[in-house]
Amino acid sequence: MTTTDPAPDNIAAVSRPFLQFKATKTLHTTSGPQLLDVRFELAKGGKLAIYGPSGAGKTTLLRILSGLTTVTTGYIEVDGEVWLDTTRRIDLPTRRRSIGFVFQDFALFPHLTVRQQLEYALHKTTDGKIVPELLALMELETLQHLRPALLSSGQQQRVALARAIARQPQLLLLDEPFSALDDEMRYKLQEYLLKIHRHYKLTTLLVSHHLPEVLRLSDKVIVLEKGSVSREGASSALFFAPSQDHASAPFTTVGEITAIAFSEGNYIITVLCADTFINVALTAAQTAHLQIGKKVQVTSNDFHPVISPLV
Amino acid sequence: MIDWQPLWLSLRLALITTTILLLLAIPLGYWLAYSRQRWKIAAEAVISLPMVLPPTVLGFYLLLAFSPSQGFGRWLDHHFNIRLAFTFPGLVIASLFYSLPFTVNPIVAGFRTLPADLRNASRTLGKSDWSTLVRILLPNIRASLITGAVLSFAHTIGEFGVVMMIGGGIPGQTRVASVALYDEVQSMNNGAANRYALVLLAFSFIILLLVYAINQQTGKSKTML
Repeated sequence: MTTTDPAPDNIAAVSRPFLQFKATKTLHTTSGPQLLDVRFELAKGGKLAIYGPSGAGKTTLLRILSGLTTVTTGYIEVDGEVWLDTTRRIDLPTRRRSIGFVFQDFALFPHLTVRQQLEYALHKTTDGKIVPELLALMELETLQHLRPALLSSGQQQRVALARAIARQPQLLLLDEPFSALDDEMRYKLQEYLLKIHRHYKLTTLLVSHHLPEVLRLSDKVIVLEKGSVSREGASSALFFAPSQDHASAPFTTVGEITAIAFSEGNYIITVLCADTFINVALTAAQTAHLQIGKKVQVTSNDFHPVISPLV
Repeated sequence: MIDWQPLWLSLRLALITTTILLLLAIPLGYWLAYSRQRWKIAAEAVISLPMVLPPTVLGFYLLLAFSPSQGFGRWLDHHFNIRLAFTFPGLVIASLFYSLPFTVNPIVAGFRTLPADLRNASRTLGKSDWSTLVRILLPNIRASLITGAVLSFAHTIGEFGVVMMIGGGIPGQTRVASVALYDEVQSMNNGAANRYALVLLAFSFIILLLVYAINQQTGKSKTML
């Protein structure tokens, strides 16, 4: 167990990051207990993606932030307000934390119409005008009197997003929000999310294992592996770091290997990048460290594409 | 002619019991469904005891408890001048115990079938547990609430053993329909007994029909979710 140093109370408020997060917890995974030990900071209005394989503890991070899961040790501060400090026995209940949470399965209330879901989210202090505004922004006006059961999953997703924003929280938390959707719908909804972000400038945390989504929707990424942060940084720098070998690469993209075939002495690697498949011929040696499902960066260097594994 | 008083008494007993039970069973069911306390399984077992226990056992212990000559019954008699043995209020209390599992169990099951994130979602929207219960959870377990109410109502109407033990068959006080039926048979009035039996039979059938209709309805709405 790591020792937790006391809250940095002496630091001047100006230099304080908007969000400070630090937590340890033992996770019970299928492969036995695993220590989650994560710390990160985020600036106001920032868009942070938490990226990594499933079982790395990504969702747990969001649940700790929301107060839905307990920790062994932890410190959470948002905009100068301490939400959690295990050394001082501070632990704000979920309802007192200003968050909007978009659950993986949306968690819409079955008995409420679209409009009622948003109205339920309002607080006495929030301006009710945000409801029609959000309905318009998310193009839900024609659906506002329907219950969730009658909506498609893409429409449900928009409702979940709108509902999370309706109370105008300090943090917007998204847990694999687009995983239930097909690629086309996923892309469209990312548009909505970007629109929302431009409009409300919410500090956003996104959990995802979908690389194109991470790159599109975040400006900072932490890569979570086996319970700890293996890498972090600006998303562009993290995944597109120009390496020594191909500094002059004219074209770079990232994707996931979907197939590896052998043909005429070469390995043909199929990589799914966003919604396009790219085929690259490689030698056996170049293929050695690649497997189906691996996230890779494809670099086209003088008409000679190179695939290098990510993360 | 049929004497309607026992039937009316049964109906009154069932209505009062069901109303009180609903008010008790919602907080109790909520606690059983969501509490992480380990000894709650003991509470669950105690609540469900009347489902497997011969009603006469429950009636016997209640009779002991209500007896004005000792313990709890004496304390009640002494301080509040309340007697529960062979009285209508005594019957109500006995029915509460007897029908408790029939209200609590469907409600617990209802809470447990709701996805956990429904409750979490309401909390993340800044709502208290009370608002979450009243505005989100209860409307979504409406079918369980109706089932619980209907079952306890029907079960109270059908009560016999407990009533025999602590009621004593006083007309207008504790002589409910099932006891009246028994008395008629005892005095060889098969005609009158048959009339009570028919009314109770028809009533039970309608109640069960209602429960299954509700279940079918919610089954339909579930597949739509």
